[in-house]
Amino acid sequence: MTLAPPAFDPADAAAAARRFTDAAEPDVAYATVDSPVGLLVVAATPRGLVRLAYEDGGVDAIVESLAARLSPRILEAPARLDAVRRELDEYFAGRRRAFDLDIDWALYSDFGRRVLQATARIPFGATATYGQVAARAGNAKASRAAGRALGANAIPIVVPCHRVIGTSGRLVGYTGGVERKVALLRLEGVEV
Amino acid sequence: MIPFQRFLDEQRDAVWRFLVAAVGRDAADDCFQETFLAAMAAYPPRHDRNLRGWVLTIANNKALDHHRARARRAVPVEEVPEVAVWDGEPGEDEVWARVRALPDKQRAAVLLRYAGDLTHRQVAAALGCTEEAARRSAHEGLKKLRLEVTR
Repeated sequence: MTLAPPAFDPADAAAAARRFTDAAEPDVAYATVDSPVGLLVVAATPRGLVRLAYEDGGVDAIVESLAARLSPRILEAPARLDAVRRELDEYFAGRRRAFDLDIDWALYSDFGRRVLQATARIPFGATATYGQVAARAGNAKASRAAGRALGANAIPIVVPCHRVIGTSGRLVGYTGGVERKVALLRLEGVEV
Repeated sequence: MIPFQRFLDEQRDAVWRFLVAAVGRDAADDCFQETFLAAMAAYPPRHDRNLRGWVLTIANNKALDHHRARARRAVPVEEVPEVAVWDGEPGEDEVWARVRALPDKQRAAVLLRYAGDLTHRQVAAALGCTEEAARRSAHEGLKKLRLEVTR
């Protein structure tokens, strides 16, 4: 009689882990979503959508950053992001002009939050300048600070910082690269 | 601290293997759920640098709860059988079913050492005893089963 570690089927372990994920209530849930502008990583807390990232740097790096900034109790739980995925799919299919999602603004300072909330009110297919967004956030002179806040937007697409452009109509920069800004504006029928 | 998802990915198979040995395939799932729910509630561990030892300590406690609950449900019999009863399902490793019939301390030490692949030092930390005591419990358990260990 010998005592070797018991045989087990890794598929059983994987199934058990899936059941755990379905029942667990993590501080942060994330999932990946395919889109015409590349693979996206979306993350939500119980308060709402907290992060949407272009996957360029790798999913692991994004998840590690969320674990460090929000909570290490983070799980890949796609079912908790069904509404986000559905609204993004509809947006990219041209069937949705406004997002109706709860947002968790936990990652921002006061002014940054006001800038992004003002940005979230720019309608589909419209644009605004950095100065206009700064004014709507309560400080018309703070267009540079508004630019920084938009550069730190953790929820692009849903908080449509792609609709904010320079005074002369220049596109300036974009968190996911200017070509994505162009793609999103064209999707919304803006001539660029 | 690493994200919980990575912790789950890294420890999933080890916890499952341990629980299949500790409580059998059928009960392993419930214990697995309870182990990771408890781990997430306590995550990240404050002192433990060794995540494998930490999560198997939790799994061992869940397995112990399972054995106690089953013992409470058990119907007393007049005559105690002389040899440990094999309670394994068909096709299951008979030897681990026999390990489950050992007294608590020996069972836990044997399981953590040989199904959990922890060192005696880690087993001691999991059981809150000295390394020497952990070694002795595992040794006595094996002796009782007249087992040799092949690794």
